[in-house]
Amino acid sequence: MAGIFILLFFYFLGTFLSYLTGNFIPGSILGMLLLFLSLVCRIIKPEQVRGAATFFLNHMMLFFIPLGVGLVASYSLIGKYITAISIASAASTVLVVAVVGLIAQKMESKHHD
Amino acid sequence: MISLIHSQLFLLTFTIGAYVVAVWLYQRTKLMLLHPLLTSLLVIIVGIKSAGIPYPEYAEATKIIDFLLGVSVVALGYLLYEQMIHMKGNITAMLTSVLVGSVVGIVSVILIARALGADPRIISSLEPKSITTAIAVTVCQHSGGIPALTAVVVIVVGIFGAVVGPIILKILRIESKLAKGLALGSAAHAVGTARAMELGAVEGAISGLAIGLMGVITAIMVPVIEVIMKYL
Repeated sequence: MAGIFILLFFYFLGTFLSYLTGNFIPGSILGMLLLFLSLVCRIIKPEQVRGAATFFLNHMMLFFIPLGVGLVASYSLIGKYITAISIASAASTVLVVAVVGLIAQKMESKHHD
Repeated sequence: MISLIHSQLFLLTFTIGAYVVAVWLYQRTKLMLLHPLLTSLLVIIVGIKSAGIPYPEYAEATKIIDFLLGVSVVALGYLLYEQMIHMKGNITAMLTSVLVGSVVGIVSVILIARALGADPRIISSLEPKSITTAIAVTVCQHSGGIPALTAVVVIVVGIFGAVVGPIILKILRIESKLAKGLALGSAAHAVGTARAMELGAVEGAISGLAIGLMGVITAIMVPVIEVIMKYL
């Protein structure tokens, strides 16, 4: 239960920080970063959140099903732009693989020279 | 009897049931196209359509599951911490490549979709396409996109990246294990990581870390790039 409290607490903290900064970055994302930093700085011990975090991570897929079902509500808009969606996503994915792979390989080999 | 089908209890039971069955089916078959999110969405959409339940009613009934999404995004902070050990010695290489990859991914998808005349809501939904669904959906909601579209695009991009990614890496003669893992995890999140694990344990571990890095960096870069693009 302490683990669940910690997760909720950081969620709240992140949401509060997001509110203070004009909602520029979503609260849950800030909560994630704050939790990460607290673990790095040893404010929180990994054992304290391990159980709760593992449960949520294992079943993460379930949590975005309600949003996904929203497909039914925006079906026509998506259908209209399906070509743009497919081409843009595919081309951009190829670029990401290439850019990350090339830069990482180049910088890593420098490191070993 | 009819009202029972519209009840929150039934819709929650149906949703979690569909998820459990979809996960079971995927673990049995190991077919990428039977991704549990895709199959459970299909079952639920067909189910509520045939029962005549409008989406707003379904969304209201399953609000609690949606709330837990935020909690699971926070839990990713723990995962990132656990995976940090894989960064040893290559922090600069990893952060630089993922940062550039994230920016290239966001900007290219915006420019291409814009050139093809896509609606702004569609473009907002595509910006976080390379990152893990929970963060992607959160980012999309935040920037006024359609979360449902993001959820599906993310999965399809993951499958596409996992299939095409290794081919691109081969064409570009990328042989470093670190580079392969990073590229697959950054472009195709968990589906890419599953593929990276088939290449080797190092590739898999690095790829797992790349999911977290790419997720955090993209979540921060999307709002920044949106502001910059407004002035271009």
